[in-house]
Amino acid sequence: MKHKISDETIDYVGILAKLELSAEEKEKAKIDMEKMLDYIDTLNELDTEGIEPMSHVFPVNNVFREDIVTNGDKKEEILANAPLRKEDRFEVPKTIA
Amino acid sequence: MDILSFTALELGKMIKEKRASVLDAVKAVIERAKAVEQEINSYVTLDEEGALKQAEEVQRLIDSGTLTGPLAGVPVAVKDNLCIEGQLTTCSSKILSGFKPIYTAEAVLNLKKAGAVIIGKTNMDEFAMGSTTETSYYGPTKNPHNTAHVPGGSSGGSCAAVAAQECYYSLGSDTGGSIRQPSAFCGVVGLKPTYGTVSRYGLIAYGSSLDQIGPVAKDVSDCAAILEAIASHDTKDSTSVKRKDYDFTSALTDNVKGLKIGIPRDYLGEGLDEDIRRAIRKAAEVLEERGAVVEEFDLSLVQYAIPAYYVIASAEASSNLERFDGVKYGYRTPDYEGLHNMYKKTRSEGFGAEVKRRIMLGSFVLSSGYYDAYYLKALRTKALIKQAFDRAFEKYDVILGPAAPSTAPELGKSLTDPMKMYLGDIYTVAVNLAGLPGMSVPAGKDSKGLPIGMQLIGNSFQEKTLIRTAYTYECATNKQYVVPANIGEGV
Repeated sequence: MKHKISDETIDYVGILAKLELSAEEKEKAKIDMEKMLDYIDTLNELDTEGIEPMSHVFPVNNVFREDIVTNGDKKEEILANAPLRKEDRFEVPKTIA
Repeated sequence: MDILSFTALELGKMIKEKRASVLDAVKAVIERAKAVEQEINSYVTLDEEGALKQAEEVQRLIDSGTLTGPLAGVPVAVKDNLCIEGQLTTCSSKILSGFKPIYTAEAVLNLKKAGAVIIGKTNMDEFAMGSTTETSYYGPTKNPHNTAHVPGGSSGGSCAAVAAQECYYSLGSDTGGSIRQPSAFCGVVGLKPTYGTVSRYGLIAYGSSLDQIGPVAKDVSDCAAILEAIASHDTKDSTSVKRKDYDFTSALTDNVKGLKIGIPRDYLGEGLDEDIRRAIRKAAEVLEERGAVVEEFDLSLVQYAIPAYYVIASAEASSNLERFDGVKYGYRTPDYEGLHNMYKKTRSEGFGAEVKRRIMLGSFVLSSGYYDAYYLKALRTKALIKQAFDRAFEKYDVILGPAAPSTAPELGKSLTDPMKMYLGDIYTVAVNLAGLPGMSVPAGKDSKGLPIGMQLIGNSFQEKTLIRTAYTYECATNKQYVVPANIGEGV
């Protein structure tokens, strides 16, 4: 099967990925994705009927611990990394009009 | 003898016996780095001041008898996707510009406990996505054996730094071959441990179900000693495994008598360089002469590992990289209108082309309507690949093959055709999908003088079998393939 990625699909993926692509980038992304999906389709040659999807190679379970704080107060160090801060908070653009 | 030419363990011993000081070693690698960095670019950050300070402190602890381990005082370089408190950590991406973590990765803490002196952070493909170290925002790293060629990737800086003697050993990370392939290209020893062996706490995630941290070293003994230092059970990483054995150096024995080695026919077929095929067969003969039983077999499903890998890794990457949004750390676009526009512009300007490509693919395969056909299909394929390895390990102790289908390509030849670059991962990605340990060991040079690496793959938790095999090979070949790079004659 030859994949054809539509403008709508690439726009939708852009929304999911939180990426803003230029018209030129979009065209390139479409071609790249079509090529990759054509290649990934080789997996359809495999009969996976009845095979459980394997998300983890070892039978691991949730690891629980008591909810106790062990690290110290690092507010200053954390906020020092913020591109923009206002006093003790991260500053973001206004979200509610 | 030049202090730089010693292995990590040799240097550690000299420091312990007071025949060298930690400061001597640190100054030597920093001087070396300053001399060759212009040409090689292994480091994103070379921390001279910090290293000199650590050297003093570590020397004091050695002198007082507090630090007694074999790696105490030995300078190390760390891949720039491992967090170190207060030290710039970039993942070689613009989006992490200026980011200084507030905690240190568990693997690095373990090294510090062993008395390591951290010289700096090494260059990599952006967010470990790439096979050449050319997708780095900080420019490509060059192969020290021939600077017209790439060092491989994504741990290209870590491997080049060891080959160029800019450190005594380094840490890399391996999601689809990112330790083994550049180790092969740079003629050094690299090991990806069984999933869960080294804590991923503080490793900036790419494909969480595949990522493992591992050592890059000058020889097999160093590699075993480093693994012994960094492996630990860590409750801060919920996928960390409590192993029965952590004594990896006990496997440094020159003996493969009766060891069953399988070479997948599918790993020697079409697409493999003739020089590499010859080197792998020769390596098999060497091990056979030492008493191993070698045969060829059909592993099967080899051609499905790459498509399954790119679906799973991209899916996990698209989720893991959502956190980079210009709010908490790193880069934020200067001009924006509102929150969502800020996110989008920040990410579009902050990520490079390869990272965006994988985030897009990952978002697509996880999206409603495609999740079953792509993501679940890939996870089912992964289960089949794991079964194929399980069957192989019923018959063999070790799987032997090449680490990559070619030696290091020339700079600038790979990124124009991403599909072709992905195909270079054919012998490495299946190991990550199945969570197995894999090791790359220098096994010769091609007609152009570029290093060739052989890959040893073991069953889960059988690192010691790999180390024993590699050590026996190294003894049998008298380390003739483990030679440091001779950079640009004049340097």
